[in-house]
Amino acid sequence: MTSQTTDATAAPAARATKKRAGAVRRLLRNPLGVGSLAVLAAVIILGQLGAVLAQHDPNFSSLDAINLPVGSPDYPLGADQYGRDILARLIASINVSLISGAIGAGVAVVVGTSFGLLAGYRGKRTDAVASWSFNLLMTFPALVLVIVLYPVTGGSYQVMMAIFGLFLAPGTFRLVRNMVVGVRAELYVDAARVAGLPTRRILTRHILAVVRGPIIISVAFLASQAIGIQSGLAFLGLGDINVPSFGMMTGDAFANIYLHPDQLVWPSALMALLIGSIILLGNAYRDALAAPQSTVKRDKDARRAPASTQVGHPGADSDSSRSGDGVRTNLLTVRNLRVRYPQTDGSEKAVVDGASLRIDMGEVVGLVGESGSGKTQTAFSILGLLPREARVEADELTLAGEPILGLSPKEMRRFRGGALAYIPQEPMSNLDPSFTVGSQLIEGLRGSMSKREAKELVVGLLDRVGIRDAARVYGSYPHQISGGMAQRVLIAGAVASRPKLLIADEPTTALDVTVQAEILDLLRDLQGEFGMGVLMVTHNFGVVADLCDRVAVMRLGEIVETGDVRTIFREPSHPYTQELVGAILDEETLRTDPPPVARERLEGNR
Amino acid sequence: MNNLLEIRDLRLSYEVRGIRRKAPEVLRGVSLDIAPGETLGLVGESGSGKTTLGRAILGLAEPTGGTISFDGRDITRLGVKPRRALARDIQVVFQDPYSSLNPALQIADILAEPLIAQGAAHGDSRRDVMTLLDQVGLPADAADRYPREFSGGQRQRVAIARALALKPRLIVCDEPVSALDLTTQARVLDLLVDIQRDTGVAYLFITHDLQVVRHISHRVAVMYKGELVEVGSADDVTTRPAHDYTRSLMLAAPTADPDRQRERRALRQRHRERMGAAER
Repeated sequence: MTSQTTDATAAPAARATKKRAGAVRRLLRNPLGVGSLAVLAAVIILGQLGAVLAQHDPNFSSLDAINLPVGSPDYPLGADQYGRDILARLIASINVSLISGAIGAGVAVVVGTSFGLLAGYRGKRTDAVASWSFNLLMTFPALVLVIVLYPVTGGSYQVMMAIFGLFLAPGTFRLVRNMVVGVRAELYVDAARVAGLPTRRILTRHILAVVRGPIIISVAFLASQAIGIQSGLAFLGLGDINVPSFGMMTGDAFANIYLHPDQLVWPSALMALLIGSIILLGNAYRDALAAPQSTVKRDKDARRAPASTQVGHPGADSDSSRSGDGVRTNLLTVRNLRVRYPQTDGSEKAVVDGASLRIDMGEVVGLVGESGSGKTQTAFSILGLLPREARVEADELTLAGEPILGLSPKEMRRFRGGALAYIPQEPMSNLDPSFTVGSQLIEGLRGSMSKREAKELVVGLLDRVGIRDAARVYGSYPHQISGGMAQRVLIAGAVASRPKLLIADEPTTALDVTVQAEILDLLRDLQGEFGMGVLMVTHNFGVVADLCDRVAVMRLGEIVETGDVRTIFREPSHPYTQELVGAILDEETLRTDPPPVARERLEGNR
Repeated sequence: MNNLLEIRDLRLSYEVRGIRRKAPEVLRGVSLDIAPGETLGLVGESGSGKTTLGRAILGLAEPTGGTISFDGRDITRLGVKPRRALARDIQVVFQDPYSSLNPALQIADILAEPLIAQGAAHGDSRRDVMTLLDQVGLPADAADRYPREFSGGQRQRVAIARALALKPRLIVCDEPVSALDLTTQARVLDLLVDIQRDTGVAYLFITHDLQVVRHISHRVAVMYKGELVEVGSADDVTTRPAHDYTRSLMLAAPTADPDRQRERRALRQRHRERMGAAER
């Protein structure tokens, strides 16, 4: 999923073998996780120790003990208005609550998960019928129904919770179904079908294994809901009088509130403790399942420019390099660029390690390398678009003579809207689907001109980048245009500010070859017309040959060779460049060996 | 009949919700043969229907017309059981080596799965897994590791090993090297060719990359908007294309040589102007 993992080739096996164990360990390292787990465990153990701790049967009532205060002999927490031991009743209530939670959450999860798996995987009619039924179930007022069904349940809290669990099932059903619909589209599920796996095996091994995390988390919330409802019903007086529960205890205490308000404290506090610890444990488990690197703290000095560069007056005199000064041809200078990311274990991982690069005015430089070589990281450091935790350092990073490293976001924006422009790899994901193309393009121009002028300018630009019906595309939404068209739109946006340097990050990788050829034609034309410098980040040597004047070859965060495009292709000097150029599939090569097996041999094998 | 796979007039349109909405046809009468041990390269742009054709052969998409026969037997619309049995003969390697391997399973489990589904015993399957890893050039200790510990190229080797597990006679390769780096790509292609020489498996090799297709195919078919516009020997189709669309496809692919690319660019622009003139 993340491209960074691409060349994590030989990570130690031990680290990954225990993914789930890792989640549990992370849970135990989280203070919230340990705390809530400890509280929950203490409450559960208290419930099991009932026989030892309590001196009386929870229902034993003694006239001598009525409303005994806390700390009375044999009645550590006192007794209620019927003379029953509050401690004994509290301990008994814990078990009732736990069983309620288990039954409610259990029924909801079993019913919701099994139907959710089936509906999500089968789709079509199964999905329609199941979704409709669960939606119907959702419309019933669960609590009212549980009360109405009292004659059927006979007041047994277990049966009431099982029914309530059924009404909680739609939530789980929807959660599971939606996740399964997502996982179902994964190619490994298709591969399992092609491999001839039975449906049951695909569901349990491939789908349930992936979606189980959120299900486990939802159990916490379902259980606490069930506990709450059970208590509520008992508070209202529904249920077996001989089964003590938090609800019944608060009910009794409530009737006695003017005489002995302290009796209300015990059941409420314990119930809050129980529900709270279950929910917090669920949250902690969710955090443990989420990405471990999210805990990395941000360093305030992440973007450090060394003393040697002129950080003292960043952008102080912006016009000096913009106007005139035609003598200097150097556009971009990158000297000894280093980009590092802090890791969870405290160390730092260098993704760019001392890269140096130079682009002259109006020059097209290709930055090539394989995935993970750091070429996109280099481009993003120039654009100032790296994530906040990245540590960027360089001996020099200047655009048209101005230092651009260590600038404030506001100053950086001034550059990006002006002298520096960017074309991304995925045109579609860089357009907001909820706004029209035109409204996204004029956004950056509205500050300096009226809406009408901006529209005129943008339509003109769209026309310039080869969009035939520019006015119609201006009013279209991104989903109404093709990928090639979207890339033209983004190019129009990029060149609107007449940039001096255009950074294109694999701008044609997502496009078909015929569209790619047209986009390259367009970039070449615009480059000639505006005299822009272009940094072309790509892995495609055909694109390099088509467009670039010079090439920089990157590997493992370093630029190993820079040179004229013909030199790189014909006489590469660095061994890695030689390997790369050697791996280009020769156009002349054609497979000449005939189909390897004679028919007879094949039939003989079978 | 000595063809392994025969496709006749295959049509497929995806369901559209709502009444009286006419579904657009993704495949519009495709006919194609693949001989045993042969690689047929299937070239086309995104949306041309080439992936859908592969999915129809694999039983992952249901054709609305025409027939697919494998080894003389009609497999166009198979029931669940016979389709499951066909897994022994037809397998797949997908484009994306990241989403085609379940992140929650170890490599050994991924490779043993098809074997166990077809009734192999656990002990046997472990030995077979080792053989498969060896066959695709992965170390034996890869068995007990998870997909995310491997690079894209290595994952694709795992996917190839999974496809080979049941010793199929046809593998549908859907852009198997498009997501890989240049050096890896060349190695995976060589691996596929070697496997074909050793086992005599046939490939339907779906790709948009013409250099790749020349490298691996005996014959090439070009697909455009749901139809095959040209089928022929790899040499004929890629060096002497008969159809205008094939020609523009060839000319659009940039070559990795600045001077030759300049010539090709000029040729392409001339070709486009001529096509434009012909349209008018």
